[in-house]
Amino acid sequence: MKQTTQFSTISRRHALAMLGAAGVAVFAGVPAYADGAAVAAKIKGLTGGKSVGEGAIELDLPEIAENGNAVKVAFSIDSPMTADNYVKAVHVMADGNPTPDVASFNFSPAMGACRASTRMRLAKTQNIIVLAEMNDGSFKQAQATVKVTIGGCGG
Amino acid sequence: MRLAVTITMALSLIAGAAFAKTPYHDGTAEVIKPVDKSHPLDEVVSGYNFRKAMIRDVQDDDFENPGMLVADHGGELWDTVDGSAGKSLSQVFAGCAEVPLDVVGSIYPRFNNAAGKVISLEQVINMCRETVMGAKPYKWESRDMLGITAYIRMQSRGSRVNVAVDGKASAAFERGKKLYYQRVGQLDMSCAHCHEDNYGNYIRADMLSQGNINGFPTYRLKWNGVGSTHRRFRGCMKNIRAKPLPYGHEDYVALELYTAWRGNGLKVETPAYRN
Amino acid sequence: MAKIKPRVKVPKKAAVGEIVEIKALISHPMHTGRAKNKKTGKKIPRKIINKFVASFDGQDVFTANFEPAVSANPYIAFPFKASKSGAFTFTWVEDGGAEFTASKKMTVA
Repeated sequence: MKQTTQFSTISRRHALAMLGAAGVAVFAGVPAYADGAAVAAKIKGLTGGKSVGEGAIELDLPEIAENGNAVKVAFSIDSPMTADNYVKAVHVMADGNPTPDVASFNFSPAMGACRASTRMRLAKTQNIIVLAEMNDGSFKQAQATVKVTIGGCGG
Repeated sequence: MRLAVTITMALSLIAGAAFAKTPYHDGTAEVIKPVDKSHPLDEVVSGYNFRKAMIRDVQDDDFENPGMLVADHGGELWDTVDGSAGKSLSQVFAGCAEVPLDVVGSIYPRFNNAAGKVISLEQVINMCRETVMGAKPYKWESRDMLGITAYIRMQSRGSRVNVAVDGKASAAFERGKKLYYQRVGQLDMSCAHCHEDNYGNYIRADMLSQGNINGFPTYRLKWNGVGSTHRRFRGCMKNIRAKPLPYGHEDYVALELYTAWRGNGLKVETPAYRN
Repeated sequence: MAKIKPRVKVPKKAAVGEIVEIKALISHPMHTGRAKNKKTGKKIPRKIINKFVASFDGQDVFTANFEPAVSANPYIAFPFKASKSGAFTFTWVEDGGAEFTASKKMTVA
């Protein structure tokens, strides 16, 4: 069996530091997910099989999304964003959607900070995986679970 | 049938407090005391306060709220000359509405002298277009009509809903009240079962609000777009397996007046962002 | 078909070195290609905004690539470090190549 991609686990201190405010997702630190083959393949394609580091990525996702049509997804990556040290690209993936890609973002040092926020469609409860590519070719990753509830009624 | 429904309701309705992170449940909501002593409830709360932060945050930001895109479209139409009289709605609307522009959005549906009955905002707009502007009426749920009604109501954003239900409006008010409490459909339910008896509770995974309409036309995630109160009424009726009435039906106008009255005192929030 | 019109928030003024937040929202159904027309039963073909580009004084500074998983009426917020006065151009590209643009000026002192 080929070696699977290393998935980042968040250090306990880091996780606790980020669990403060309401609405911030719970970090699962789970090494694998049920139907994540498509995501794993996608990550491998992007990283070329390189190992993926941890830390520096904060995810802002709801724990429970009342509606899967427009779920907030935001991330913030700790980076000086200088010409020698910046985040080049960030890929957002969802492992329970018909296809794993949600969006990707290309950053430049001119932005001064690495963060973005958008809204995505989630077909069901699933993991959101954010993969960041640095200018030096290294990668970092974070993930979290978003529970998606089916509404009750409402015309 | 009724017993089955009662049991189903009892099983599917869960007290909201256990799960909720909503302003209504944590005490931060604006709660209005009804002005009218005949109001069946002792508290009036906007649907905003029954939603989680992910939803409320979007409504709070005009650059995140996609309902604003529809209101922007309405704003453009508002100033556009249309029809044989060569006028824009902005030039003639106050006359058609019979009230100043800064209150229209908070007091319709209203008894309109020219129409001779209680009419909705959509009906004032079309009456204006047809009789004054010489323009074609908008379809009830068209992007143009939703845009204009959203734009007009947005001009009253922050002021309090204040529909009149006395005098010449009382017949429509009584009709609307009767409809609100009337059981309909295969599920044999009325508006009151959910929105009066069970607001703040969960029905499956949705938290029930009081069913106030101070944010309409509203963007709903369910619709991935903006819709009118009549669309909402029709949807509810389909859910309880009742036959929905056509858009603009007199009963829906009466129900709209009554439902607006239940929310008198709430701030206008159009365009709201909801589930 | 719905009109495609954007709503963009760019601060009118910023200080040198200040990191400002830019918000961009555009009206678009973002048809995934999976949904069926309820009346005809036929699949509604995919048509989405697949790319968003923010450029400042002609230089691309931020790009977002959207997939069908991005919600209808796509929204994006991102930071920008103010260094000099200039003009932003925001471009949304639709499947098929149609482009929608908006421009905003920012004074930096």
